[in-house]
Amino acid sequence: MTTQALTAVNPTKRPSGASTLKRAVTNRIGSAVALVIAVLWTIPTFGLFVSSFRPEAEIKGSGWWTILSNPQFTLENYAEVLGGATSTNLAVYFQNSIVIAVPATLAPLILAIMASYAFSVLEWKGRDVVFVAVFTLQIVPLQMALIPLLRIFSGTEVTDTFPFLPLWVAHTIFGLPLAIFLLHNFMSEVPRDLIEAARIDGAGHVTVFLRVMLPLMLPAIASYAIFQFLWVWNDLLVGLTFSGGSRTVQPLTAALAAMTGDRGQDWHLLTAGAFVSILLPLVVFFALQRFFVRGLLAGSVKG
Amino acid sequence: MGFLLFSKNGQLVLAVIAFLAVLAILLLVARFADRMKGRGQTVVMTLVFGGPALLLLAVGLIYPAIRTLWMSVMDARSESFVGFSNYAYLFEGGLTALGNTLLWVVLVPIGSTLIGLVYAVLIDNSRFEKVAKSLLFLPMAISFVGAGIIWKFVYEYRGSAQEQIGLLNAVLTWIGLEPLRFLQDSPWNTLFLIAVMVWIEAGFAMVVLSAAIKAVPNDIIEAARLDGANAWQLFARVTVPSIRPSLVVVLTTICIATLKVFDITQTMTGAEFNTQVLANEMYDWSFTFGDNGIGSAMAVVIFVLVIPLVIYNVRQMNKNKAVRG
Repeated sequence: MTTQALTAVNPTKRPSGASTLKRAVTNRIGSAVALVIAVLWTIPTFGLFVSSFRPEAEIKGSGWWTILSNPQFTLENYAEVLGGATSTNLAVYFQNSIVIAVPATLAPLILAIMASYAFSVLEWKGRDVVFVAVFTLQIVPLQMALIPLLRIFSGTEVTDTFPFLPLWVAHTIFGLPLAIFLLHNFMSEVPRDLIEAARIDGAGHVTVFLRVMLPLMLPAIASYAIFQFLWVWNDLLVGLTFSGGSRTVQPLTAALAAMTGDRGQDWHLLTAGAFVSILLPLVVFFALQRFFVRGLLAGSVKG
Repeated sequence: MGFLLFSKNGQLVLAVIAFLAVLAILLLVARFADRMKGRGQTVVMTLVFGGPALLLLAVGLIYPAIRTLWMSVMDARSESFVGFSNYAYLFEGGLTALGNTLLWVVLVPIGSTLIGLVYAVLIDNSRFEKVAKSLLFLPMAISFVGAGIIWKFVYEYRGSAQEQIGLLNAVLTWIGLEPLRFLQDSPWNTLFLIAVMVWIEAGFAMVVLSAAIKAVPNDIIEAARLDGANAWQLFARVTVPSIRPSLVVVLTTICIATLKVFDITQTMTGAEFNTQVLANEMYDWSFTFGDNGIGSAMAVVIFVLVIPLVIYNVRQMNKNKAVRG
């Protein structure tokens, strides 16, 4: 997995020198340190996971590590956060998160693929200047655009009928600069000859875009799609502000954050709720880790 | 029709259909433009392919950013000009947030890069490399809110008479110490929040640095070894300088991410007990207190702090491109 990502990033470099370095490092101490880090990085999540299956009284009365001497498990916590009373039910927010995340991943993705075609294949005056401007927009923190963008939506009647619209649009806009930058990088690596050849054969831009570019871009598209999906799913700021605090549209993260404030001691709900919220990202992450890592390296190393 | 308009899943389907319909129309226009000749074609094509994204960015990012800049010198309701008094607040009431933010911005990048780097070197080419990487990388997939809950549970405090349910306090009592109120007792609580961000970002640092380490040519290291360099010297004098460009990217990227994070304080302490940070204070002023003046000024300050980092980053990248040829 990583070697693939590596060759993608640095195809010209010679064989790794890291193995020699590794051999030189005192092996046993090194392994011990690595093990300690690995344990520190896993234990907290593991503890949460185990706790989410313990009965309420047990969670509140003893540490999760006591399961070895006192194994008691229940699905009660999950039943409560997925199907319990309205005040503790997170199922509706899970659905909200999905309704938010799917269009908010598709829209910036497709718009950015099209824009990168305009920036890498089409030739027009001022193209490079505009591209640098878009690249620069990446540095504008979300916070800078939040209130005025919110104002554009507030008071319009469209949001009464389509309450998710502000969230979709906001996520799309905030995702675009990085998306265009990443996808443009990938697209400008497609050999010009390939496009020229297709053009000479009489293919129009639409054909080149759909038949030549899209298939070649699939790995890059997958990378960005995972990024954006995880970003939107995990986002709190946009979810809090653009949902207007409404239960109809708030994402899971916002509901969980509210729950930690209101029911900070209800660990049976918090642990199960948190696990519900991280389950989907973890599945996506493990299933598509290869693309995720590749996208990460392309975004940060290649520049 | 009712399904599409009045149920959530229906709206999801409707949104996707509507979006695809717009795309189809755009591509249809482009299909016609394919038959045109010369400049006209280029103009239409550019508008079809680049237009929608550029329009959204102009309306949704550039215009709002300029407006925020303007709002930051206006009063709470954006009605009258107040000069720089909103910014002055930052050095009065907002001093805690400013100080804490600086602490975050220094400690998070250093902490996560250091751990990521050490870990990347240690597990390199080991039998368990792939699994070991996934373990450290896993928090990257978890939301800040999720991570906040995970760690709040680790930090959970009970009076010394009760049985501890938080892992850290359990460890403290096992070794005979008094349990600590990790999240309430200032100033240390900020450090415990910072640890959470380090926990999240170390995986990112590790993945990028691991790729960079693997790209260091073997002969440089062999040569240094023949010259009698020990493991530490190899690491400090050969590996680290060779991966310097990646180190800079990792440090600055994490710095920028840290400046903007508000979810951790929001979930774990509600920004109380002196743990306030700029991004959280921006949220509080804008959305809890309804003062757009101070809120906007905070946003501008975050923006201003990001700029030098980005410039440095871009400069480094250009320099590296020049060196690599």
